[in-house]
Amino acid sequence: MRFMMIVKASQDSENGVMPSPELLDAMGRYNEELARAGVLVAAEGLHPSSNAIRISYPVPGGKPKVIDGPFTEAKEIIAGYTLIEVKSREEAIEWAMRMPDPHGFGEGQIELRQIFEASELTQDHDAIARIDELNAQFTRKPRA
Amino acid sequence: MNEPNVHRAIDGIWRIESAKITASLARMVRDVGLAEDLAQDALIIALERWPQTGIPDNPGAWLMTTAKRRAIDHMRRLKLRDRKYEELGWEIERQHEPDWDEALDDPVGDDLLRLIFTTCHPILSTDARVALTLRLLGGLTTEEIASAFLVPEPTIAQRIVRAKRSLAAANVPFELPPQAELAERLSSVLEVIYLMFNEGYSASSGASWIRPMLCSEALRLGRILAEIAPYEPEVHGLVALMEIQSSRFRARVGPSGEPILLLDQNRSLWDHLLIRRGLAAIQRAERLGKTFGNYLLQASIAACHARARTASETDWVKISALYDALSQVAPSPVVELNRAVALSMAFGPEVGLEVIDSLMQEPSLKNYHLLPSVRGDFLMKLGRKNEAHFEFQQAAKLAGNEKERELLLKRAVECDV
Repeated sequence: MRFMMIVKASQDSENGVMPSPELLDAMGRYNEELARAGVLVAAEGLHPSSNAIRISYPVPGGKPKVIDGPFTEAKEIIAGYTLIEVKSREEAIEWAMRMPDPHGFGEGQIELRQIFEASELTQDHDAIARIDELNAQFTRKPRA
Repeated sequence: MNEPNVHRAIDGIWRIESAKITASLARMVRDVGLAEDLAQDALIIALERWPQTGIPDNPGAWLMTTAKRRAIDHMRRLKLRDRKYEELGWEIERQHEPDWDEALDDPVGDDLLRLIFTTCHPILSTDARVALTLRLLGGLTTEEIASAFLVPEPTIAQRIVRAKRSLAAANVPFELPPQAELAERLSSVLEVIYLMFNEGYSASSGASWIRPMLCSEALRLGRILAEIAPYEPEVHGLVALMEIQSSRFRARVGPSGEPILLLDQNRSLWDHLLIRRGLAAIQRAERLGKTFGNYLLQASIAACHARARTASETDWVKISALYDALSQVAPSPVVELNRAVALSMAFGPEVGLEVIDSLMQEPSLKNYHLLPSVRGDFLMKLGRKNEAHFEFQQAAKLAGNEKERELLLKRAVECDV
């Protein structure tokens, strides 16, 4: 299963201040550890929201409203994310706990979110039932 | 944290640490079975103690230290030779391994590499290699492995016990293979990983659904191997092949569980992140500047499909060339069959037919339904409908599953129009 570790923005990251060399180093080592454990799928950092836009649909069926960045609430902005593929939620939590404090001055915040699997997105309940049935039959009859 | 929560947290920690701990211990005690038992002891101590004391700040280091203490106690009890005592610790022995400099800079990676070479040792049967690798490198329980392979748990338990015993009995050293054996031993490791992947990818006993756990375990092992043995192009080739094949999970099974062939798949359902990773793995291998081996060629073929935005944009000329190379490196009737298909797509059905005709007497393909099915397809395209009809009927007789048989009979009927 896949999880996304989302690093929230801070005032510094929003102001385009680069992380300290120590933090960059710690993050680098952490990512390397993820890669060497075979769980790292992707890791990206995002530009500050000053060059972002926000598109909203205030009126259902109406035209979208476009707002230019920067946006004010740093903690509601994403500064980066790391995508991992792990065996269990517990493993994902353990990895998230090991991520270095991403900002280092009281503003660090990481959010861990599970990514939907293809099967969870299938709307066809008959198909899911058929697959479950197939799996169940299959598991009951062990191969010689 | 209450006890069930601590136990769940330990599950997560164990998954991350178990292979590293087992590998380190195996270097100390020179016996993977014993190493695993000692590592399990450390786990049990943690399960007892952490609910009271809380989880330590660095749980991995705690487990490693505890496990190593157990190992030292054990060796004291065995009154091992004094010299062996002094060797305990973090140093790595450097004999026999002239070409593994990068790995030697890195004790943990080095131990993991030794561990995987040991669990994939050629003295073990393939089944035993797969089970032992899942157990010691994946940290999976016997129950998990049994359910992944749809066999009863005692079967797997026995298989693992016997494998450990065989390794101990044969006195298999916990070492990286010497240079002369390296290629062969590495190919045994890659074979185990790819077998695991394929077992998950196409449940061989008929049901068409994907068994994802084996696939993700294989992919994870491949990704680990690519980090600890980055100088082996075939490792990246295998990773690339698995990444690209995995990218098609969502597209390869239809709503009622029927398989959808590559060229008919909805490409917007492909996982483009995995495709990108697969292409990057191929580039990593290319930068090593060595000749392409079996896996790298297969991955390059998969990459041609992955790069095509639509089936009609597929670069069949390049695919044919890659199959030509593959039939040199790893000749097999199935590769020839695929080469025939690629040639027909690139240069017309008569070119493909020539290759197919040379395969008709091949004993290993005698009962393989795809041979007459592909031949029928070429003949149909050449307007030789009577012959095509016959081939599709033959193929239908040999087809293993009902859905395929129906499809082939339908194609036979279409020849009569």
